[in-house]
Amino acid sequence: MSRTGTSGARFSPMTRGQFAVLGLLALTPLVDLVFPSLQLSGPMRTVIVYAILALGLNIVVGWTGLLNLGIAAFMAIGAYAFAILTSEVYPFQVGFWWGIVLAGVIGALAGWLLGAPTLRLRGDYLAIVTLGFGEIVQDGLKNLPAITKGTEGINPLPEPMLPLMEVSGETPARWFFIYLAVLALVVFLCRNLEFSRMGRQWFAVREDELAARCMAIEPDKAKLKAFAAGAALAALSGALYASHLSSTGEPSNYDFQISILALCIVIVGGIASITGVLVGAIVVVGFSNVLLPVVTQAMQRAGLSSTGNVLASPDNYKYLIFGLALVLMMRYRPDGIVHARKAVRK
Amino acid sequence: MSETEVFMQQVIYGLSNGMIIALVALGYTMVYGIVELINFAHGDVFTLGGFLALTIVGALGAAAIIDPNALGESSSWLLLFGLVIGAGLFCGMLNVGIDRIVYKPLRRAPKLTQLVAAIGVSFIIVNIALFWGGAPMEVFGDGKAAAASKDFPELLEGSNLLGEESNVVLRLEDLAIFIITIPLMVGLTLFVKKTRLGRGMRATAQNPVAARLMGIDTDRVISATFLIGGFLGGAASVMWSVYNNTISFQMGFRAGMDAFTAAVLGGIGSLPGAMVGGVLIGLIRAMSDQYIETRWTNVVVFSVLILILVFRPSGLLGLKQREKV
Repeated sequence: MSRTGTSGARFSPMTRGQFAVLGLLALTPLVDLVFPSLQLSGPMRTVIVYAILALGLNIVVGWTGLLNLGIAAFMAIGAYAFAILTSEVYPFQVGFWWGIVLAGVIGALAGWLLGAPTLRLRGDYLAIVTLGFGEIVQDGLKNLPAITKGTEGINPLPEPMLPLMEVSGETPARWFFIYLAVLALVVFLCRNLEFSRMGRQWFAVREDELAARCMAIEPDKAKLKAFAAGAALAALSGALYASHLSSTGEPSNYDFQISILALCIVIVGGIASITGVLVGAIVVVGFSNVLLPVVTQAMQRAGLSSTGNVLASPDNYKYLIFGLALVLMMRYRPDGIVHARKAVRK
Repeated sequence: MSETEVFMQQVIYGLSNGMIIALVALGYTMVYGIVELINFAHGDVFTLGGFLALTIVGALGAAAIIDPNALGESSSWLLLFGLVIGAGLFCGMLNVGIDRIVYKPLRRAPKLTQLVAAIGVSFIIVNIALFWGGAPMEVFGDGKAAAASKDFPELLEGSNLLGEESNVVLRLEDLAIFIITIPLMVGLTLFVKKTRLGRGMRATAQNPVAARLMGIDTDRVISATFLIGGFLGGAASVMWSVYNNTISFQMGFRAGMDAFTAAVLGGIGSLPGAMVGGVLIGLIRAMSDQYIETRWTNVVVFSVLILILVFRPSGLLGLKQREKV
């Protein structure tokens, strides 16, 4: 009750939970020092990328109550914007930092453009429109090879640059910490948004649009801002993802499955809770991008797995596990692992 | 081929595909009309119908099917009807099961909660289809590549029905689609209009609370709706597999999106709307394949979906209704 940001309460830049989760992530390079064979710092970067994507989705789904099934499209827009702005193939070459910032801005613009005509639709229709938008963006990227290089993807792309310090694939720990710093900044931003006038408007719109209107909130404007903010974070995550791969990869890297992965993170972790989303990213992405490959490799080495038998490859259970996670969470724990503060939600 | 002939050919493709899309769209629209849920798993139930059909064909012996002389033409028609009914019943029961286990406990939950659960079911079924594709049967490639598309044998072979010298081709499959889909649609319309259960459905769609007060067993109505919707989806999947001669574990996503677009285009909740919408989407796809480019067809369909939702959310034949508070 005390931490709802009422005028007397002290506002800390980060809650203990958020700090703890980020601290936990920061231990990854240490694990690599102790067990050099695991090489976790590289794959764990994807956890950070998807955490930022999911934080963006959380603004839309968790705080404003709009289901967006096409968040991967904004991730793609960010990735390709970053690639076009930084790649040697194109004349801009603005460098990593300007690249991720501008990708975020372009993402926000794209969110604004999609949101303006569609946000007045009712919830389930909006979900389908965003899904359709995701498919259109994916197909568009595939079908315009003159700009996007089609299925080859734009590459190579720059890694993060720091003054006085070399960052490359040879220094996975540094690269990881840079991404972690970006995530920390995003968490800080989200936390400030959550308690801002804007954030309160979003909650009000989510709980009751009519009542919010009576409080002189304009629901359409609030929704549009949420949509743009979410798209900006998704685009930022896309830029980080492209730099992580040093390529945009195929357009199908940003398909419906990625949108659902982000939704899984938000729902499993704890809808509307920043700490919850961070936990969700570690659990869900840690499982699918870090743990599964390790298990698969181990099984292959032990001779248990073969490409001939569909049941023997752990990777083939991904859909099943995501699906079960969604169904079971909706049925038994719709608030997720970490509950959002009730004082704010109710 | 002259311009008109090319156009006529696309019309035939469009109508055939459109009738299949319409059958799937009916499943979406009926369920939405009764419980206001976008049954996201419907497309994937459709997928399983195709897999069941291929399994049956495989079990009966692929050789006998591929060689029409061994079976005779009348028996391959018999097999087709058998598959339609078998896959239909299977998908219908599956749909009812999904509703009972997953959707029913969430009936009073917020709409988005239900939709997310439906997406979850969809993913579970996609995975089941993936495993099914790895079945150790000859028709599934002996389970070597589970995720690969599977060839569906040509059940109906025959020459061009419009005569050998005609440039426009009307295959036996095209005819079969009309022979099977039209009676199903007529039957459904009569069922909803004339029978007691059908009247119950219309009442429940209008106002579930009032329907219950009038002594209608709404749970039974809902189950019947899922059963019929699933049956139509299963029947459609057999026709789709026979028509396209290929199935894959992800085919339901595409088909489902086309069908949902059709349902929305026609006006969601409206049965004639879904039929008209399905045929229109089929025609739009065929024309886009021919006159724009195949690779842009999905973009065209989704653009239609978004434009309809934004400018005419009630669709072509749907009633304008305010959102219930």
